[in-house]
Amino acid sequence: MNKYKTIRNYLSNYGIFIVLLMLIIFFSFTSENFLNPLNIFNILRQVSIIGISAVGMTMVLLTGGIDLSVGSLIAVTGVGIAKLMLQGLHPVLASLIMLAVAVLIGLLNGFFINRLRIPPLITTLGMMTSLRGLAFIITGGLPVFGFNSNFAKLGQGYVWKIPIPVLVMLAVFVIGILLLAKTRFGRYVYGVGSNEEATRLSGINVQRVKYIVYAVNGLMAGLAGLILLSRINSGQPNAGQGYELEIITAVVLGGVSINGGEGRLGFVVIGVLIMGVLTNGMIMMNVNDYVQQFVKGLVLIAAVAFDRYNQTLKEVK
Amino acid sequence: MSIDLLEIKGLTKYYAGITALNNVSFSVKKGETHAIIGENGAGKSTLIKILTGAETPSAGKISFEGEEYDQITPSHALEKGIVAIYQELNLIPLLTVAENIFYGCEKMNGWFRDTKLMNKEAEQLFADMGVKVDPEARVRDLGMAYQQIVEIVKAVSKNAKLVIMDEPTAPLTKNETKALYTIIAKLKEMGVTIIYISHRLEEIFDICDRVTVMRDGTYIDTMDVKETDIKHLMSLMVGRDLAQDFPGTSSFEEERVLEVENLSNSKLKDVSFYLRKGEILGFGGLIGAGRTEVAQAIFGADEITRGCIRLNGKEECIPSPDKALELGIGLIPEDRKNSGLILDLPIKTNMSFSILKKITDRIFINNAKEKKICDELKKELQIKAHNLNYKVKTLSGGNQQKVVIAKILAQDCQVLIFDEPTRGIDVGAKHEIYLLMRQLTEKGKSIIMISSEMPELIGMSDRILVMHEGKISGELQKDEFSQEKILEYASFNVGE
Repeated sequence: MNKYKTIRNYLSNYGIFIVLLMLIIFFSFTSENFLNPLNIFNILRQVSIIGISAVGMTMVLLTGGIDLSVGSLIAVTGVGIAKLMLQGLHPVLASLIMLAVAVLIGLLNGFFINRLRIPPLITTLGMMTSLRGLAFIITGGLPVFGFNSNFAKLGQGYVWKIPIPVLVMLAVFVIGILLLAKTRFGRYVYGVGSNEEATRLSGINVQRVKYIVYAVNGLMAGLAGLILLSRINSGQPNAGQGYELEIITAVVLGGVSINGGEGRLGFVVIGVLIMGVLTNGMIMMNVNDYVQQFVKGLVLIAAVAFDRYNQTLKEVK
Repeated sequence: MSIDLLEIKGLTKYYAGITALNNVSFSVKKGETHAIIGENGAGKSTLIKILTGAETPSAGKISFEGEEYDQITPSHALEKGIVAIYQELNLIPLLTVAENIFYGCEKMNGWFRDTKLMNKEAEQLFADMGVKVDPEARVRDLGMAYQQIVEIVKAVSKNAKLVIMDEPTAPLTKNETKALYTIIAKLKEMGVTIIYISHRLEEIFDICDRVTVMRDGTYIDTMDVKETDIKHLMSLMVGRDLAQDFPGTSSFEEERVLEVENLSNSKLKDVSFYLRKGEILGFGGLIGAGRTEVAQAIFGADEITRGCIRLNGKEECIPSPDKALELGIGLIPEDRKNSGLILDLPIKTNMSFSILKKITDRIFINNAKEKKICDELKKELQIKAHNLNYKVKTLSGGNQQKVVIAKILAQDCQVLIFDEPTRGIDVGAKHEIYLLMRQLTEKGKSIIMISSEMPELIGMSDRILVMHEGKISGELQKDEFSQEKILEYASFNVGE
């Protein structure tokens, strides 16, 4: 009985590593090039967009919220920067402006959730649709391209032989992990997600915590949008479509509870890698787009089901 | 009359770290009204939860109508006719009385509900019970007592054999209580067995046949009400003399630390009082009288529409709990698990949660400082925990409460509001908390204590304010303290 329990505990804590390992083994058999170092870097570069955004999403989920608008925000930031650069603005300035806009949009989400008391799911569902519309309005529905090719370095370049997006993702994760584990803000994030009322009665401004979390999430989505734009060197109004699902799946796979208050950002890295390996592996197996989409949706449901199962276990204990 | 309807054998229930029920055995006879009494934390609610299937027992057997079970599931309870009527009623406020009674087993007329038939049958059910309730009225428009009656009638309509009433009279006025008594008498006539749980011991002598006393999760005794009296029951409940329970008195000063004037909001009407330095000011009254709301308002957790709060003579505006804490007002909330603690976070994190600002160096929390403060608090409050990194929920109720107190003490507050400080805590820990409160007043801190436990209120307070319906209905000095006086003020209802 006891032994069984420890195994179960071990699985609920570290099962995610086993899933990743099994996926890697599986795909290494189905496609011989899968374990090629070039492909590994390829996977890492592909996941960096989702990974960066997952850092913000983790904080949002930890407070017990959710943000569906990140995919659309990635597009808005991308086309925004592209348009500004075509107007002749310096790439750095254009990027800074749009990152600020992304933060403001995050704060707006926070405002709807805090002040108007609209549930996060609905708030960000509305935002998701509106921002997607905004991306199309900005571009007139057409891709935006033709800007300085130096800009592409951010998304396509290397430093110490490592792709720059991967370095950015790592940096963001390290900062995020420190923030959540070592600072006051981190404690409050967990507090709000575990027990909002007790947190409020402990003299903590719960609304401010939520504002910050949605703003950080906006900033991360903006950063992801910037890197995506630089990688494909073209502002696409339909960029990032469906990313919110992949991001949320990655975070939940990483053990962050959809009910808030539980989970570690360090493990989210594994969730992100699982999503990357899955996508890459399926592409290499020539699985078509529609089937990929079908599989990814099911993975989200499986991840949440696993989370619910874990929560019930805890309640029984 | 003498057949056992329900027999409980060796029932035991463990929660994380605590034994809520310890080997409890007794039986309830068919057709009797059986009282179960005990202090908070005696295990009464756990027992009910097991009987209705809301909790599963860790060990023991339950036999009902001669059949033995290891546990009862909710659907089982329903099927067998075991119904509990809780203080929080399980009615749907927006539906009518009749709709509630037939909820889930609606009378149908083809594909549609037959409202007429349901109304008629509901009316008949009420008539059988000797009360008049409009079956078409919405439940939310009824008074508390009538809502309870609806719930009872609903139970009877489902052929209930055992009705468990958990503190049914707590929210009721005197007249409403009388109406409830009539119903209980009627139920008895119909041969329904009743388990009656109440803190008001006098009631037991009015309506019950037998009484079972529980204490700290164990069974103490069952006796005929005719063969016992309140004093005896009290001593059985508490387990020792009441007088010895409470340590010393405070030596407070005349200086007024806190003054509240005409405090009003949606739940409070012109509440005015003062708190002296080193004093324990007790707040008595029934549940829902507004005591917790006073605490919440002073602490900035609830909005104030009118009135002012003076701290050391200076008028202060307290819009939020962080401001209150900054000014040195701390609250130990009534609902420890939902308002006081973050159960899934470590003990240490909970203790330092409100003082993180003080122990943060630039960006990061200083772990050494945090550990030092928490270790000191652990020692001072004698918190029994192996490791401060364990989750708070692994602690017993008493130690959890100490963690809440530690959190507030870390702030160095001068005014401490204890809302039901010993609810659900075992007797030993209770005593420790009382001692701690005295130590605090000796150090010059002032305490507001809200308590629904009479002995505690009388034993600990230096002065008692009694509330009724959002107003202060009476003030008692130490030499005037008596249970009767407090109850009189608490149920102060001339108009009703």
